[in-house]
Amino acid sequence: MAEFFHMGGYALYVWASYGAALLILGLGAFLNWRILKRSSARLEHLRAAAPHRRRRDGHGAE
Amino acid sequence: MSVFWSVVRRDLEIAWAQGGGAGFTVIFFVITVTLFPFGVGPEPGVLARIAPGILWVAALLASMISLDRLFAADLEDGSFDHLLLLPEPLAVIVAAKCLAHWITTSLPLILVAPLLALMVNLEAEAFPVLILSLLIGTPAVTAIGAVGAALTAGIRRAGTLIALIVLPLAIPILIFGVAAVEAARMALDPAPHLMLLAGTGCFALVLGIAAAGAALKLAME
Amino acid sequence: MVRFANPAQFQRLSDMLLPWFAWATVILVPVGLYYALVNSPADYQQGETVRIMYLHVPAAWMALFTYTMMAVASAVSLIWKHPLADVAARAAAPLGAAFTALALITGMLWGEPMWGTWWVWDARLTSVLILFFLYLGYIALWDAIDNPATASRAAAILALVGFVNVPIIKFSVDWWNTLHQPASVLKMGGPAIHPDMLVPLFLMFALFKCYFVTVLLWRMKAELNRAKIRGLEAAVQAAAERREQAA
Repeated sequence: MAEFFHMGGYALYVWASYGAALLILGLGAFLNWRILKRSSARLEHLRAAAPHRRRRDGHGAE
Repeated sequence: MSVFWSVVRRDLEIAWAQGGGAGFTVIFFVITVTLFPFGVGPEPGVLARIAPGILWVAALLASMISLDRLFAADLEDGSFDHLLLLPEPLAVIVAAKCLAHWITTSLPLILVAPLLALMVNLEAEAFPVLILSLLIGTPAVTAIGAVGAALTAGIRRAGTLIALIVLPLAIPILIFGVAAVEAARMALDPAPHLMLLAGTGCFALVLGIAAAGAALKLAME
Repeated sequence: MVRFANPAQFQRLSDMLLPWFAWATVILVPVGLYYALVNSPADYQQGETVRIMYLHVPAAWMALFTYTMMAVASAVSLIWKHPLADVAARAAAPLGAAFTALALITGMLWGEPMWGTWWVWDARLTSVLILFFLYLGYIALWDAIDNPATASRAAAILALVGFVNVPIIKFSVDWWNTLHQPASVLKMGGPAIHPDMLVPLFLMFALFKCYFVTVLLWRMKAELNRAKIRGLEAAVQAAAERREQAA
């Protein structure tokens, strides 16, 4: 187990790399998911507040 | 063709009337080159080794300076609408403005370059190639700069954004230009590098003028 | 293709695809990591640092793939005026920039133990660095222009100009590199890949791909939401103003 973390002496480089990947991609995923959730919530709020009229460009309700 | 030259002449007259543009570019060029000895030390050997790079990088940066004004003035006061009414394709007008801009900014730079080359200890054999590489490369840089200027035409203080857009695209020209001067410096044959420079430059010129024209059209919609 | 032009159709399509790609991503994380970190051999020459390759190579590949996708979307946006193409391109850009940054960081972390230096101006890393600047310029241009239609078309032109220049940049950097490097050293990638290393590599590729699709769809849906929000808020504003005038 200790050997696994030690990574043959290259622990710093290997774990920093995987840490960077986790940080960058994980943060990216989390932030974008949150943006989507918030914008969906705001959209729902706006639609509930004002009666939803048919859009003139014909796309209609979704 | 006469439209081309009238646009060139008009832009030159405006630049002359406004004054200062060319001077400022040259001064920036001089100051930038002068910074390097302060940065790396005045030892002649060191400076000579990096002289081609210093000169080319400084020239590239100086070319960025007045780019944001390349199309902005004409777009703001409506001259572009008139120019568009002419039967000549937009590319001709863009090319004319690029030429005028090159004459007022890059050409003075090239004239001053030998003096600065002396200051950074560039070997004498390399001077002609330095001039030649700048003559071939700077029009291409202007064309790429025109793309940046056209894309950011409506934005205020777009100077740094233009640099961010243009400089990465100009790197190949920088690489080949410096390679040519370095080759001459070491008494090797600069021709292959100059030809690569010319080829890249032609491509950049054509692509740049076309893209700038397309970008200007949409800036006016 | 035309079928997807309708944002409503896009919402339905993305709602159908998202769960698959999202779950695939979630599953591939432990599976990929297991194979990359545990169930694959250390390299004969590079030791355990070869595990960094399982991040670096897929990241660099995604960086290039994303830029290509942005260029294609930009062309579609300019030529056929497909309404979702520019949304796709804009959504993809930060993803591409993230992969590029990851490729650079892992490249540095791979370089230090291998060649004893944190940054090395080898042709590939240098080209990736320039690609990073291209991404930043694209994102900055979108943010700098207020009018969404103008921004979309300007960014599209920039993406295409950049894309066309990528081979030239790569070639010139290779050229520059051979001029300045002694022939030996600095060839990234090392020896040929052992078959046992192909599995983790493939898994990480798949992971990054699924991640990309998932987050891209999230971003596109969010962008479409934002457009609708702007429209609704403008309508609410207009209604309020009318009521004020009537009063």
